[in-house]
Amino acid sequence: MGLFKKTPKNLPEFWKSYENLFKETQSKNFDDLVFVVLDTETTGFSFEEDRILSIGAVKIKKEIISVQDVFDIYLEQEKFNKETVHVHGLLKNGQRDCISEISAMQKFLEYVGNAIIVAHHAGFDMGMLNTALERHGLPKLKNTVLDTGVIYKKTLIKSYLVQPKSNYSLDELAEKFSISRKDRHTALGDAYITAVAFLKIISRLKEKKNFSLKSLLR
Amino acid sequence: MKNLISERVADFIKNYPPFNVLDNTSLFQLAEQVIIVYKEKNSVIFTVDENQHSHFYMVHKGAVTLNNPATSNILDYCDEGDIFGLRPLFANENYKLEARAHEESIIYGIPIDLFKPIAKQNEQVTIFLMESFASNTRNPYAKSQKGQLYDIEDNEEINKEVVLPDLQLASYSKKLITCSTRTSIQKAAELMTKKQIGSILVVSKELPVGIITDKDFRNKVITGKQPITASVKTIMASPVITYPKNLTITQAQMAMMKSNISHLVITEDGTPNTAALGILSKHDLMVSLGDNPAVLVKAIKRATRTKKIKQLRKSIMVLLAGYLEQNIPLGIIAKIISELNDTCIKQVVEISINKMGTPPPVKFAWLALGSQGRSEQLLHTDQDNALVFEDVPEEDLPKTTTYFLELSKHVTKALNVIGYEYCPADMMASNPKWCLSLQEWKNKLSYWISNPGPNEVLMSSIFFDYSLAYGERSLLDNMSDHIFRTVDKYPIFLVHLANGALQSPSPTGFFRQFLVEQDGQHKDFFDLKSRALRPLIDAARVLILSHSVKAISNTWERYEKLAELEPNNKELYLACSYATKALLKFRTKQGLSHHDSGRFIELEQLTKQEKMKLKRTFKAIKEIQELITLRFKVTNILG
Repeated sequence: MGLFKKTPKNLPEFWKSYENLFKETQSKNFDDLVFVVLDTETTGFSFEEDRILSIGAVKIKKEIISVQDVFDIYLEQEKFNKETVHVHGLLKNGQRDCISEISAMQKFLEYVGNAIIVAHHAGFDMGMLNTALERHGLPKLKNTVLDTGVIYKKTLIKSYLVQPKSNYSLDELAEKFSISRKDRHTALGDAYITAVAFLKIISRLKEKKNFSLKSLLR
Repeated sequence: MKNLISERVADFIKNYPPFNVLDNTSLFQLAEQVIIVYKEKNSVIFTVDENQHSHFYMVHKGAVTLNNPATSNILDYCDEGDIFGLRPLFANENYKLEARAHEESIIYGIPIDLFKPIAKQNEQVTIFLMESFASNTRNPYAKSQKGQLYDIEDNEEINKEVVLPDLQLASYSKKLITCSTRTSIQKAAELMTKKQIGSILVVSKELPVGIITDKDFRNKVITGKQPITASVKTIMASPVITYPKNLTITQAQMAMMKSNISHLVITEDGTPNTAALGILSKHDLMVSLGDNPAVLVKAIKRATRTKKIKQLRKSIMVLLAGYLEQNIPLGIIAKIISELNDTCIKQVVEISINKMGTPPPVKFAWLALGSQGRSEQLLHTDQDNALVFEDVPEEDLPKTTTYFLELSKHVTKALNVIGYEYCPADMMASNPKWCLSLQEWKNKLSYWISNPGPNEVLMSSIFFDYSLAYGERSLLDNMSDHIFRTVDKYPIFLVHLANGALQSPSPTGFFRQFLVEQDGQHKDFFDLKSRALRPLIDAARVLILSHSVKAISNTWERYEKLAELEPNNKELYLACSYATKALLKFRTKQGLSHHDSGRFIELEQLTKQEKMKLKRTFKAIKEIQELITLRFKVTNILG
């Protein structure tokens, strides 16, 4: 894949400024890091066939989420999958203001910058975002990614008789951490739930030995 | 930009003063600018003399305390919906108190710049602020005074250690249950039984005209003076004694003594000519005064909601701190506190059964494991529990298991709400592996005892310290008998258990210096639990099991029993019993003053005397470990 990478000059200006952000080295101090917790609602589960309906994200700086600084956009659709409408209730070109996929990507890159991306079952959201970028001839996201589904398991004690489940849903996390499940299945609502769960997971992991960003990526 | 999150924030803050009087436009305008702050337990939000923040705060989830760090007094306790840190922003001065997250909390920060103009425009908000700034009363737990801003105490008041009852407002029950003068005696009694109350207010045209208490039924109905079909008018005490709200505890006590009654009616203006707001009973007064286990037990048993129990547990902690301060023997303290904790758990199980809608299909027992099972749990720690139910025909097993798992989920969730952390190893009844029928448990226990690897020993060590928290005792006895029968058949199990008891790290090094943790968050702290308490607990367990003594799960009681059984080792056993109590007391005090589990101790904070005391207990630990090594010939078999 790397062989046919687009040459940098073909890339739009907004990508270049996004890319430039990664030239600065990030702080080693965990508390100084900026996290963007995101969730996407999509028409289905196929990276190729399906499209992103909406992206919701909140930014965490020093354990603070600013309500003003949240990301909440809806995308125009040419494709439409009837089967998932009942899950997220997003109808094609509903009452929301929708924007094109490329301007959504541009806005998203501006919002996320070089922050660390956090998502629940991040592989899926990243796959959708990266495929969307690819459609417009853009490279993949360069951010570090944390998956709350994975790091949650680090809070559990491994012991005989109690094998942790291989997979924890966002609902299970919300239940464990007593987070209200209001606004579940909207991108921003899920992003918020994930953000609170993320903060609670981190505070539990901080007590462990050798806690660092690196230890979370393992 | 209005968004989902700001709507969620607005939805929450609009329920609490001063935001409840704002119009929607200002509300949303504020909500859009809010910051959501996560605070882990014990972290500081602002400290004394810190410069003003650009936000004031409202507790969304969790709890925050306002403290005076100099005296380490808690001056106010802010619950969900309470605001704090506002006054310094209005008075334009630095913070006078320290705000600290009492539990893991989520707080909303509301920008002062935006709030000020709104507050000025809105008269009701101004009045609220004036009232709360001017208020001087301070009763951290009285709901009636919540939402006030306590940042105002001047130093003179902060120095007052005791809250005098004649300044403390009496809280009264605001959920009024009433009947009309034409209601029959029977109907009124039925209503009182249903609502579980001891008194009912009789109203006519919405004004209070009389009151009936349990006593009236005994004196005026059961004696045959009135038939149960008569109207309540014939037995009610009338006229009612009315008082305005904001009655202090002393005032209320005086009023009751003066008229020789046990219930006061609180009305809007304090006369019988306005509608009643609530009833203040002698019981309410006792609860306000708090420090009485009997009253607490009664209050816990009356609680119908988990949140209420959570509040009562705070009083238990106040009680505990008081007992420790008065140097009451730890054995007695532990008994009282465990009794209170047990009552809480019982009530939680009751509430959860009610939530299920249908009664349990068969008899069951809720078991407390670990420290709680040993009645040694004074501070909130993790919950370890299990559930056992009667054997059912095989075809009914899945159905029955499902019911009890569902029930266990309710219970563990409620226990979490009242302050027991979930067990990180998931050793809880809500885990399908810990919610079994009697036969399934027996199979599991047999397996552990006949195949003792390190894991099995760990499992059984948690499991052999259990006590009944709720339900059928015979199920528990049946399990105990099974354990002893099986242990008799596999004596090697005891050796493994003994070996397990010797695995704890040693408390002191070669030169009798304290050994501290080498790394991690607790680097250079002394781990009191695993280095000092656990060896004693483990040793007691294996020794008592080898004597086949059941029904004693408490460690110091086990040692006392051992002293009785083996007179030649009496002195050592009594020393161990004493050491366990001393260490637990030490841990509890540490935990209370640092608001944690008290497990890790900063040695530099200890006085010379305290260190000496600690070291003395280590001698007992060393000797008991030697005894176990010799008795069970651990080295021969495993070495």
